[in-house]
Amino acid sequence: MVVDPIHQFEIKRYVDLLNISSVQFSFTNAAVFMFGIVAIIFFFLTFATRGRTLVPGRAQSAAEVSYEFIAKMVRDSAGNEGMVFFPLVFSLFMFVLVANLVGLVPYTFTVTAHLIVTAALALLVIGTVIVYGFMKHGSHFLHLFVPSGVPAFLLPFLVVIEVVSFLSRPISLSLRLFANMLAGHIALKVFAFFVVGLASAGVVGWFGATLPFFMIVALTALELLVAVLQAYVFAVLTSIYLNDAIHPGH
Amino acid sequence: MTHTWTRSTWTRRVALAGVIAGLWTSPLLAAEGGHGGKPHFPPFDATTFASQLLWLALSFGLLYYLMSKVALPRIGRILEERHDRIADDLEEAAKHRAESEAAQQAYEKALNEARAKANSIAADTRNRLTADADANRKALEAELSAKLSAAEARIASTKAEAMTHVRGIAVDAAHSIVSTLIGTAPAAPDVEKAVDGVLSKREAA
Repeated sequence: MVVDPIHQFEIKRYVDLLNISSVQFSFTNAAVFMFGIVAIIFFFLTFATRGRTLVPGRAQSAAEVSYEFIAKMVRDSAGNEGMVFFPLVFSLFMFVLVANLVGLVPYTFTVTAHLIVTAALALLVIGTVIVYGFMKHGSHFLHLFVPSGVPAFLLPFLVVIEVVSFLSRPISLSLRLFANMLAGHIALKVFAFFVVGLASAGVVGWFGATLPFFMIVALTALELLVAVLQAYVFAVLTSIYLNDAIHPGH
Repeated sequence: MTHTWTRSTWTRRVALAGVIAGLWTSPLLAAEGGHGGKPHFPPFDATTFASQLLWLALSFGLLYYLMSKVALPRIGRILEERHDRIADDLEEAAKHRAESEAAQQAYEKALNEARAKANSIAADTRNRLTADADANRKALEAELSAKLSAAEARIASTKAEAMTHVRGIAVDAAHSIVSTLIGTAPAAPDVEKAVDGVLSKREAA
């Protein structure tokens, strides 16, 4: 058998829709998973809240906890005005979280292990910050890059640093999620291949295979943590960046 | 704080991913992968980007719409209803408590009033009884002292009367004693004179 830990990230073209010069649009497995994620989130939330009970059941509690968790996160970092971004942060958090968790199920596809997806989400966040910042504050938004109370000779350097730090945000935001998902899934696959490889080597190999097998169990637990943590980190950083759009002054 | 921590985590992750991806895209392994020797790493395959972006935009747009228009308002309403309900219940409980406190105060006030009234009744009764007893005692004392003084007066009069009888008896006794001793009856005025003399001498003593 072919050892190919990259195979799981393969984009499969199901239906080619249209080609505009060299740009090709196709219905892919990624599309299936993206809509699947949206469906899971939406049906879970509506199913959980179907009773609208005063004393929530388990599912309704989960829905309420996710709501209040993100609402508190946005309010803590961006203030009450930041609540206009609550649906955006909530959507991002749920999308990333469910994408990460779905990706952990064997034979599935991990949407967030593709740089283009995480980069698009990060650019959405930074784009929102820039557009909202200029809309709300006009040129005052540029004060974001000018720290107050700094000696004049230091100011150019600091402005450059602030601009670079601002521009590096979408890069770090997208790379962090992408790299975590990619590395985790590759590591899982590599250990899985060890198990299969050793087990095919006979009785001694079976015993040898238990070691990477337990490693997979441990790694899966770790990846579960990483999946949730990365969704949380993505949402927290989004709230922090959005705060700049609302309060650009330092 | 979150910043520095996540940054160090992701750099480590990127390094790991880079090493693995680099290994994989090396010709040795790529040949084994069966992609015609061409390095192939799906996340960096630019031909898929357009489709990925299209479907991401559509699905995430749909998710945003569903969350902002349906799911979040729904959960928000549930939370708000509960919040309102709890606030109402607490308010009602506070009202009930105030009522019960007022009732307790009224009860205590009534109790105190009743106690005060009972005390005053008891005091009144006690005073009345004491006054009655005093009046009775005084009346009795007055009666007794009247009786006493009457008795004393009677005794005095009886005594005075008796004293007058003593003189007659003494005169008679002296008359008969003298007549027996000397054999002749003395003249009555002489005897009376002698007895009066003795009696007045005794009274003076």
